[in-house]
Amino acid sequence: MQPNQFHPLAYSFAFYFFGLTAIASAIAFVTRKSPVAAAMWLVNVMFSLAGLYVMLDAQFIGAIQILVYTGAIMVVFLFVIMLLNLGHASELADARGRWGKILALFVGIALLAEVMALNRGDTVQRMIPPDLAAKAAAAAATPVAGGIIGPVAAPLFKEYLLAFELTSVLLLAAIVGAVVLGKRRTDAR
Amino acid sequence: MLVEALALSAVLFSIGVVGVLTRRNAIIIFMCVELMLNAVNLSFVALSTLYGAAGQVFVVFTMTVAAAEAAVGLAIIIAIFRHVKTVNLQNINLLKG
Repeated sequence: MQPNQFHPLAYSFAFYFFGLTAIASAIAFVTRKSPVAAAMWLVNVMFSLAGLYVMLDAQFIGAIQILVYTGAIMVVFLFVIMLLNLGHASELADARGRWGKILALFVGIALLAEVMALNRGDTVQRMIPPDLAAKAAAAAATPVAGGIIGPVAAPLFKEYLLAFELTSVLLLAAIVGAVVLGKRRTDAR
Repeated sequence: MLVEALALSAVLFSIGVVGVLTRRNAIIIFMCVELMLNAVNLSFVALSTLYGAAGQVFVVFTMTVAAAEAAVGLAIIIAIFRHVKTVNLQNINLLKG
């Protein structure tokens, strides 16, 4: 994987821009009353994350994020929202009461504090291999076979081949399950 | 940028947890779960800059599972909606003692 060719300041600016957009959109997503508006904000979060994936040298994952998440999964969500004709006033006021909200906020802040405590300090610094800079320079000097997708595809079809094949079984089970669950009962029971 | 990405991942995950705890619309709770999956994916991608592309392979698997989960889960929601004519979890309390 080649290191980024961005100017450091522009890189930081774009990184914080995408990150803050993602956080703001996620907060808007959780607080919207209408399911359609919430889904649209979630699409915005996923686009911002795709931008971050590209900046973190995972261009293929960024493309897949837009294709699969925003292109397929969120369309299915919107489809179901419109199919069930949600958005009536009785369905919209779906948040819990005041104490429930406060308790949930407390739980969220506690969880965030726990994960942040893991992040801060030298925990992450100790994870970085000491020869990372040398490796990155060597990787930049030698062109990678297969371009951007090659480094992802090689382990997918070598080390994780069994998991990859099992994924197809999972998808088949999901297809059959969705069809059976969504089918209308024809026999009157 | 690794620390910032991990912090952003933690923030998004917490927002997803708060969403699951505060909302009662089954579809929005489901979308909050997708947000949490996305947050974990961001951690995977950020750490793959250190440990090679295996993290990105796991993101591909996560996305596959998320797609399967969305298909089955939404089919279940549709089946429930046919029975009780609502997706508000307050009105779906058959198993509540």
